[in-house]
Amino acid sequence: MNAITNILKEFPRYLWSGWGAIASLFLFLAVWDLGNQINGSLTLPSPKETFIALWQLMQTAQLWQDVQITVERALWGFLISLVLGTFLGMLAGNFVTASMMSRPIITLIMGVPPIAWIVLALIWFGMSDESVIFTVVIAAFPIVFVGALQGARTLEGDLNDMANSFQTPLWMKLTDVYFPHMFSYVFPAWISALGMSWKVVVMAELLSTPDGIGASLAVARSHFDSAAAMALVVIMVIILLLIEYLLLEPIKREVEQWRS
Amino acid sequence: MAKLATTENNTPFLQASQLFHRFGPTEILENINFTLEAGKVISIVGPSGGGKTTLLHLCGDLLDVTDGKVINRFESQAFAFQDARLLPWLTALENIAFSLKAKGVAKNHRRKLAAKMAYRLGLVKEDLDKFPKDLSGGMRQRVAFARALVLEPELLFLDEPFSALDIGLKRELQSLLIEWVTNKNLSIFFITHDLAEAVQLSDEILVLDADPGRIVKRVKIEKCQSERDGEFIHQQIRMLLDDPLIIETFELNFNNRQQEAS
Repeated sequence: MNAITNILKEFPRYLWSGWGAIASLFLFLAVWDLGNQINGSLTLPSPKETFIALWQLMQTAQLWQDVQITVERALWGFLISLVLGTFLGMLAGNFVTASMMSRPIITLIMGVPPIAWIVLALIWFGMSDESVIFTVVIAAFPIVFVGALQGARTLEGDLNDMANSFQTPLWMKLTDVYFPHMFSYVFPAWISALGMSWKVVVMAELLSTPDGIGASLAVARSHFDSAAAMALVVIMVIILLLIEYLLLEPIKREVEQWRS
Repeated sequence: MAKLATTENNTPFLQASQLFHRFGPTEILENINFTLEAGKVISIVGPSGGGKTTLLHLCGDLLDVTDGKVINRFESQAFAFQDARLLPWLTALENIAFSLKAKGVAKNHRRKLAAKMAYRLGLVKEDLDKFPKDLSGGMRQRVAFARALVLEPELLFLDEPFSALDIGLKRELQSLLIEWVTNKNLSIFFITHDLAEAVQLSDEILVLDADPGRIVKRVKIEKCQSERDGEFIHQQIRMLLDDPLIIETFELNFNNRQQEAS
């Protein structure tokens, strides 16, 4: 509970620290506008055109529906990866053989480009939610799995001895020794996996579904509507930044203070 | 067996009898026998790799006894390790309170006790909210000590606990321990490679030779710990170092290592 009040207390100060980031984003917009002046609006619509297109898009019910569908798919894929990856990774980490055997398999899965997984998913599941979610899971799961595996493998015997020397009860060993250690490995993996889920979901949708942001992007491409395409990209980035900097980063700051 | 009889009258004791231990095919400990009575201090000195830590872990129930017997009749015990072994995600205060938490002491009470013990060991208020990464080596060691002492255990296991400390703090801690041994009947079982430390604190010094670890000499020191001055300690060390058996124990190991290296 203390952690939550701390996160809320630190929040205004944290937001204030964002000015530097905003300044560099404006610089980025300036470079973008320069690109537009050189290449013309068809290739690269100006920030202004993009934000006007974005504004118009935001007036339509269609966009919000698409956003909702995409977010839902991404979250489903992410949650499945999170639960499966954390559980299986910790399990494998407890056995030397299992961790040795799982490494090459994970490397193999991670080595196959997500785009290839989409093609396979289309063959297996057809044009459906399952294809998208499957692709997200196959991309995000290995990240979580490796994090959890490493966490479990690095549980120190020394700290365990220390806890045993005080006859620490099992529940307290879990809450005070094992869980914080695991969390310090698993939490950054969750964050990477969430970012991965978000990128892959759009790509999968572009190829395999009639709805969602990815599908809208495909429509914008076929209409050669570059302003709409850019507007959709902006929406995707904004959603990712909101999740990352308004939700995950403050939590991370609080729970990882002890890290050097 | 005569020793056992003297300890039967309800005072706690720690006793190892015919204790052997092996890791796989290597024999680590061979026929270890000793009794530590309440209010006494036994130290183990000897070359490194001689099974000292294994013996400590067997006596402290961190390792299972497979051959022989360890009887521990002390109500409470605590460990201080050579490295501090603090939990990096807990503050100094929480680390000290960890041992109390394991015993089920309520939160406010254990924080109070932990802070008191921290001040006693020379930590200041600002240190208590720091994480181990922000503490110096000496301060971490104090936190580890405080974590053990705050339990006010009857028996304390120490594994070369003073090695990371500066001389001032070392003295302070040693006199604190001597005070507790004298006034609170604290018993200490500790490992060291520092003869001066052993002579300063111990009622009995056991010299453990390596390969396999076995007790080759027992030295009793009768003089009360608080009355041992620098001169007495020097004289005792000289006596120990004049003993050919002790020279052999340490030197033999040195020669072995030279052979291995060449």
